[in-house]
Amino acid sequence: MAFLSLERVSKEFGTFTAVCDVDLAIEKGEFVSLLGPSGCGKTTTLQMIAGLVEPTKGRISLDGRDITHEKPNRRGLGVVFQSYALFPHMTVAQNVAFGLEMRRIPQAERTERVREALALVQLSAFADRYPRQLSGGQRQRVAIARALVIAPPVLLLDEPLSNLDAKLREEMQFELRRIQRKVGTTTIMVTHDQAEALSISDRVVVMESGRMTQVDAPYRLYEQPSNAFISSFVGKTNLLAGTWRRGGASSGAEIGGVLLETPAPEIADGTPVTLSIRPEKILLCDAGAGRLDGRVASRFFLGSQWLFTVETPLGIMTVSIPNHGEEPPAEGSPVGLDWSPANLRVIADNAAAA
Amino acid sequence: MTPRPSTFAVPWLLAGPGALFFVGLVLLPLALTVILSFHAYDYSTGIQNTFTLSHYVAVVTDGYYLEIFARTLRIAALTTLICAAIGVPEAYILSRMRDPWRSIFLLVIIGPLLVSVVVRTFGWSMLLGSQGLVNQALQLLGFPPVRILYTETAIVVALVHVMLPFMVIPVWTALQKLDPMVEAAAWTLGASHFTALRRVVMPQATLGMLSGSLIVFGLSASAFAVPALLGGRRLKMAATLVYDEYLQELNWPLGATIAIIVLAANLCIMLAYNRMVEARARRTLG
Repeated sequence: MAFLSLERVSKEFGTFTAVCDVDLAIEKGEFVSLLGPSGCGKTTTLQMIAGLVEPTKGRISLDGRDITHEKPNRRGLGVVFQSYALFPHMTVAQNVAFGLEMRRIPQAERTERVREALALVQLSAFADRYPRQLSGGQRQRVAIARALVIAPPVLLLDEPLSNLDAKLREEMQFELRRIQRKVGTTTIMVTHDQAEALSISDRVVVMESGRMTQVDAPYRLYEQPSNAFISSFVGKTNLLAGTWRRGGASSGAEIGGVLLETPAPEIADGTPVTLSIRPEKILLCDAGAGRLDGRVASRFFLGSQWLFTVETPLGIMTVSIPNHGEEPPAEGSPVGLDWSPANLRVIADNAAAA
Repeated sequence: MTPRPSTFAVPWLLAGPGALFFVGLVLLPLALTVILSFHAYDYSTGIQNTFTLSHYVAVVTDGYYLEIFARTLRIAALTTLICAAIGVPEAYILSRMRDPWRSIFLLVIIGPLLVSVVVRTFGWSMLLGSQGLVNQALQLLGFPPVRILYTETAIVVALVHVMLPFMVIPVWTALQKLDPMVEAAAWTLGASHFTALRRVVMPQATLGMLSGSLIVFGLSASAFAVPALLGGRRLKMAATLVYDEYLQELNWPLGATIAIIVLAANLCIMLAYNRMVEARARRTLG
């Protein structure tokens, strides 16, 4: 029995199904991200775990206890809201102490635990400030301290980093992971940012229009996306639609008269398939030397890497190569594209069509 | 290039019409009233062109006037208190409603303001009269009839009825600005619905409650039609007293004196209250 489990949980708002048959088992101490575009039901799922939204169907249990219909104030879970939802009329210390006060923790212990929580998020010097006197990142850390000080069995984070600017967001990602490692709290984070989900989670749950479509470790999710949506939503990719051809020695997909070799599972000859290859798995070489020839349509310098769009007989392909400190092929010049056949992945076409 | 003098004049020109209005319709009459209150009065010859403090002395030393002032303050304070007690929960419920219910109930709340004050007050006098609906209902239930009309109770009831929107709307506006997730945050931290309201939601509506109670108190303390019709001839409030001095006694200077004293008292109370509550709220809410 998993620590936190959702069994066939659904939520309907009138005729609209926001979340449909979500089955999820989360182990103690895990950091799990719910990833998906806006409107995919990830926040509703989180709110059902928090008790702010009641499921229409299904069962949620925590540590063997059924909490499906329990009031949020009895669950004792820590929640960090997207807007942080700090109490504006209370100081940082009072904000953090609120949960302890509700638990009738004696004053002396309360003060001590608030001090520890603020130290954990490195805000000890700000205990007497009001939320409006803090920056976005500091408010966010207050929200985390407030949620963690009650020592919750599960910490729920709703788009915790989306209101921060890019640089701060990156810092807070690692900060969040550091704090989670240190206290070891089981954590569920909702995000629409794939980079955020991949970098700090143990497992990522991808959601699409109310359904879970893949649950995997970040690395496997990136390398083996189960459908075309995931492969383009998680990272960048080139999708090629073709027809499967089985030969004697080599089997692969035929696209526009070209046979692209791929090691792939058993697929019947003539089946339509979609192939996916990540931009960084393609190498640029001299024209004629690779598996495919093309012409550089445009290139973008991203600092650590170059991003190319290359016109090929199969359509426009995106290629990214690391910056080696030399000028790469110019726009308009002919190039060859090469890759290892193992990196060309077949995506089941029925899933791609969905 | 625009010449400097004209850019300098722009703010004055823009503020001018409003300022003129204010001077002409508020400051000037007020100044005339203040001057009038110092004129001597003789019952046989009317207003004299000599100046005296005797009206002020008379009002401050006469128990009759003091009793009316005390009653005015008592009724205004009680009305404010009841309006807050009813209006704040009402505003909270309203802020949690969804359309179309919210629009419908907002209209219901503002409803009393759409009916003429005289008509509305006569309505109350019919309900509260000795053979009114309230007494009939009491008798049906086997209670003895009670005297409500021409008592302070009747005045307070009718005042609360008309003042409620002035409490509900500012509080509602303050609650609208609240992040609904703040309340949810309190629940997840272990607070019950009631505790979340008391500790988290209400403190943030303080400024709305402050402006609401100032409006209600000010309007109640100077209410005229309601006490005139529901208080009868004996139960006077400040505004009806001033009316009587002007139109029954024809002693305009004394009427002016009472009006000025009421105004000063009202201002003092409201400023003190404002200072007390707002200073605290501003410090925390910013």
